[in-house]
Amino acid sequence: MASVVLSEAEKVYIVHGIQEDLRVDGRGCEDYRCAEVETDVVSNTSGSARVKLGHTDILVGVKAEMGTPKLEKPSEGYLEFFVDCSANATPEFEGRGGDELATEIANTLYRIFNNEGSIDLKSLCINPREHCWVLYVDVLLLECGGNLFDAISIAVKAALFNTRIPKVRVLEDEEGSKEIELSDDPFDCIRLKVDNVPCIITLSKIGYRHVVDATLQEEACSLASLLISVTSRGVVTCMKKVGKGSLDPESIFEMMETGKRVGKVLHTSLQKVLDKEESLGTTRKKVGFLG
Amino acid sequence: PPSQAALSQHGLSLQMRGSRSKTLHDRALVNCQYSMATFSTGERKRRPHGDRKSNEMTQHLKQTFEAAILTQLYPRSQIDIYVQILQADGGNYCACVNAATLAVIDAGIPMRDYVCASSAGFIEDTPLADLNYVEEAAGGPQVALALLPKSDQIALLEMNSRLHEDHLESVIEAASKACKDVYAVLDQVVREHLQEVTTLLGE
Repeated sequence: MASVVLSEAEKVYIVHGIQEDLRVDGRGCEDYRCAEVETDVVSNTSGSARVKLGHTDILVGVKAEMGTPKLEKPSEGYLEFFVDCSANATPEFEGRGGDELATEIANTLYRIFNNEGSIDLKSLCINPREHCWVLYVDVLLLECGGNLFDAISIAVKAALFNTRIPKVRVLEDEEGSKEIELSDDPFDCIRLKVDNVPCIITLSKIGYRHVVDATLQEEACSLASLLISVTSRGVVTCMKKVGKGSLDPESIFEMMETGKRVGKVLHTSLQKVLDKEESLGTTRKKVGFLG
Repeated sequence: PPSQAALSQHGLSLQMRGSRSKTLHDRALVNCQYSMATFSTGERKRRPHGDRKSNEMTQHLKQTFEAAILTQLYPRSQIDIYVQILQADGGNYCACVNAATLAVIDAGIPMRDYVCASSAGFIEDTPLADLNYVEEAAGGPQVALALLPKSDQIALLEMNSRLHEDHLESVIEAASKACKDVYAVLDQVVREHLQEVTTLLGE
């Protein structure tokens, strides 16, 4: 992952500040940076979202395509995740340099969506065993400013909220062969219910305390982090510890409680922003990439 | 829908990434990467970069900028230019060149001149400038032209399909004119930005 080189003095400064609940940019341990979320930024997609969390810049595009359902789940559609670390973020990502990080992020996304509650896959089914919608969720990392997983999960949720899947009708003729007809009206589409889509909260252990939404500098001072995937109701769906250091069980329980608390607030704020964008409809002024 | 490209220019680096054997003793090495987001095209693209088309674009960008950047001023150094296509609607290479010109200027790297690019085609006996995706997919002849506008020097000229040589001049003329129009826009943007920055830094 992209990282900064810090001197020992800088690390000590950051660690001591955090023990007093004061971070370098003035935030408390449970505060997020100012985040900008905008949906519908790429027109070639079924749904898209861009999230800017401090210096971290993520772009997610969702494309809905027709495919065959998986053998073990014949009446459900499915999601496929793909992460691309752009060389724009750091030159280390040129060529195949970003592949390792990309696979790690994609695998984490698969895990958090790998339960029945997150998203209603049955609504993606068209013809059991024959046709279903496959949602290709593509994540593009434009800039790394710390706390990638949180920003990516927010962007994925926003993009799924923005996704519009065309309505199809299945016509069966006399011989029994089925034909799929796309609705003529381009605005006739189904939307996904994202109420239960989880968001990842990363809690980084620095000294004796843990912080939410670490910057690159803070990540350099943290030896271990806990990734928790939380739904809007505060239900923890998945957990993963990352980092070279070790955590004791009490810290883990504390961090989980913080994660649930912060997660619920994050979901409410995100939903407010998404609903506001939705209510503005076509009158919304799109900033896109020119701002 | 317009083509959108995001650009980053990683400035000059005296340490060479990758193999040291690529270091040039008398000038800077220009290193490019052209990458398309998987959701940028109408049909989802499986590999963002590494395929033949992307490598070809990378080589074209490298060639174009080696012609424009004053590489003699920075021996044994490397200039990285990374282009990311966010949305593709025709004229990808041209959008990249225009974006990269601005990025190089923003990085403060000296160039001979702006590099402006535009595509042009010939449909129904009419030369068309700046083709979009539908016009490119129609299968007619296409010309991509990268121009140094003040001196009218061509940095890159590429044509595919078949075009009668009688029409070649009018097509290149159309592309040239489009390049000069782009030059006017880029120049104005750079000057405005410079004015803003100097006003903020001044006094």
